[in-house]
Amino acid sequence: MEQVIANGLYLGAQYALIALGLTLIFALMNVLNFAHGQMYVLGGFITYTVYGQLGLPFVVALLASGVTLAVIGALMEKYLFRTVIKRSHREESTMLLAAATAFFFDAVMLLIFGEKQRGVPKIVKGVFNTDGLIMPYDRIAVGALAIVFIAAFILYMQYSKPGRAMRALAQDRVAAQLMGVAVERYSMIGFAMGAMLAGIVGGLLVTITGVNSGIGGPISIKAFMMVMIGGAGVVGGAIAGGFILGMMESVGLTVLREYGDVTYLVIFAALMVFLSIRPNGLMGKPWG
Amino acid sequence: MRTISNMSRRAMFGVMGAAMLAATSATAFAENTKLKIGFVGVTSGPAAAWGTSNVRSMQTLAAWYNELGGVKIGEVTYDLDIVTFDDQKDPKRAIAGMEKMAQEGIHYVVGPNVDDGAAAVRPVAEANGIIYFPYAFPKSLYEKPASNAVLGMIANYQSGPAIYKYLMENKGVKKVAFVAANESDPLSQRDGGVAAAKALGLEVVAQNDTYQNDTRDFSPVLTPIVALKPDLLVLSGVAPANAPLLIRAARELGYEGLISTETAQDAKVLEEGAGELANGFISVGGASTPEIASDRMKEFVERYTKMFGEYNDESNTKVYALDYILETLKANPAAIGNVEEFKKTMDTFSAPNPYLKGDAKLTYVGSTSFGQKRQVAVPMVVNEYKDGAFQTLFVGTVD
Repeated sequence: MEQVIANGLYLGAQYALIALGLTLIFALMNVLNFAHGQMYVLGGFITYTVYGQLGLPFVVALLASGVTLAVIGALMEKYLFRTVIKRSHREESTMLLAAATAFFFDAVMLLIFGEKQRGVPKIVKGVFNTDGLIMPYDRIAVGALAIVFIAAFILYMQYSKPGRAMRALAQDRVAAQLMGVAVERYSMIGFAMGAMLAGIVGGLLVTITGVNSGIGGPISIKAFMMVMIGGAGVVGGAIAGGFILGMMESVGLTVLREYGDVTYLVIFAALMVFLSIRPNGLMGKPWG
Repeated sequence: MRTISNMSRRAMFGVMGAAMLAATSATAFAENTKLKIGFVGVTSGPAAAWGTSNVRSMQTLAAWYNELGGVKIGEVTYDLDIVTFDDQKDPKRAIAGMEKMAQEGIHYVVGPNVDDGAAAVRPVAEANGIIYFPYAFPKSLYEKPASNAVLGMIANYQSGPAIYKYLMENKGVKKVAFVAANESDPLSQRDGGVAAAKALGLEVVAQNDTYQNDTRDFSPVLTPIVALKPDLLVLSGVAPANAPLLIRAARELGYEGLISTETAQDAKVLEEGAGELANGFISVGGASTPEIASDRMKEFVERYTKMFGEYNDESNTKVYALDYILETLKANPAAIGNVEEFKKTMDTFSAPNPYLKGDAKLTYVGSTSFGQKRQVAVPMVVNEYKDGAFQTLFVGTVD
């Protein structure tokens, strides 16, 4: 059972990281970024290219993934989403735009990086092995890095000036503007940060699970689930949602294995019941 | 003077026009007739490798034939034109793709790549006189009354028993576990594999474990299976993208037994995703390893690599379909526009297999498996992965 719990905690940490960027963008702009999974994939491919193909240090590769996605996120916000938000009163317009960017990224990545699954050498070799618990060292390293990133992110949002500005924006956009917060600038920074997080997570996890051009959509769907469980727009909720989903998967796949693939059936059924009782998730704010 | 000048100018233009027309006609006569061969299958999304390896094999061969002056079928020399359609592994799109092929007057189509797509296009193919070469295993596609589908590879219910038997006799395998993606193809292959294993007397210790096809971390699903300590772990119908992740997760959890699959894999993908942890992994391939690949096969690999930047080992099996179509048409040119003629020819067709050393033949098989010859005779090459490349474990034949 220790192995099952360890698997669940590691999976949860992965999922929490994936969900963070999505929930940040939603909190700031009320935009469900359907291209979040594709940004994750692009981050993974950049790390694959820089670390796996060019042989540069892993930290450099991770930095390249983060910076590239931050720039892409900033450009998307400034030239696409800001334009649509100004011109359209319907929230569906930004959702459609996000979906279109997702398809665009999918097509571009397939063209540039091809159809094959890609992987990189392990960042740490070896396996931690005791009675009842086995965990590869690279997973421990990635799990530790995940906790460091989550902690750094929370501290940044809590105590830095841009972080406070973004939280003000998330709470009440109009009030924040009236209080002198540069709404457009911090929206762009927030979107860039969300994209950067997706890219860094993709770069981190390419060392464990590799990357291929077809996984963007499924990653986005998983991220939405975690955000719904934890509460849309709440960072703590995204983290909680990630860990809850990770543990449910790990325990379900062991306990329910004799009944075929009912684990996800149970998870989705539980999600439906949960959302009907708590439509805002565990910690979410009401829509709008 | 002016009139004569105008007349001369008109005459000059008339001569020039006639000369241009003659030149164009001459050029048209010099061009070969186009022969369109279609492809309907998956070239995007997580399973893109399956269809992309088909398309690129066909495009490489078509370019090669066209470079050599075309393909002579009967009295006519044809340039090959490969018409492709991405069905995104969606049966509705596969139907649309096959309808498009019918609209373009195409009678020979490679694909689809998956069971439900292949089943979905059957009515369209039969109504429009199309012979198609799916990479899907349900027997109903190839048994009577169906007659338009020709299986383009070895089916799992043909390779599985051969692999399990070999491993029982040579590696002492007694206990086997199965894991499959929760989709129709892998589940169908798993059920066939379980039945074959039980028929051989193997103890099946796990047969209900499945995973979502978009799973990235396989430790949770493999943890309880590894705890059962099987001698052989079968990854039923595993996609090339998932194989290295499953292998790596199993080995990191301490699994020391054998791992196999009955689908084709790519050595580079295994190397990048699992490295030396993939050593010993058993899979099925076409004419691939140096021991059996002919010079033509090696040149095909070089041309493919030059054209697309990188080779995909799945093309070792996928290379055959286009040649089967062309060689059968050469044997009976009347089949160019009439698939009933093609079907008649299949029963007695035989041609040299250009991709294998020795005197191997291209023929149609399947009388034992399907009651009629509705399968291309590709060699059943079972490979073992080692240090970045596949080595031939054994070669067999099927019917």
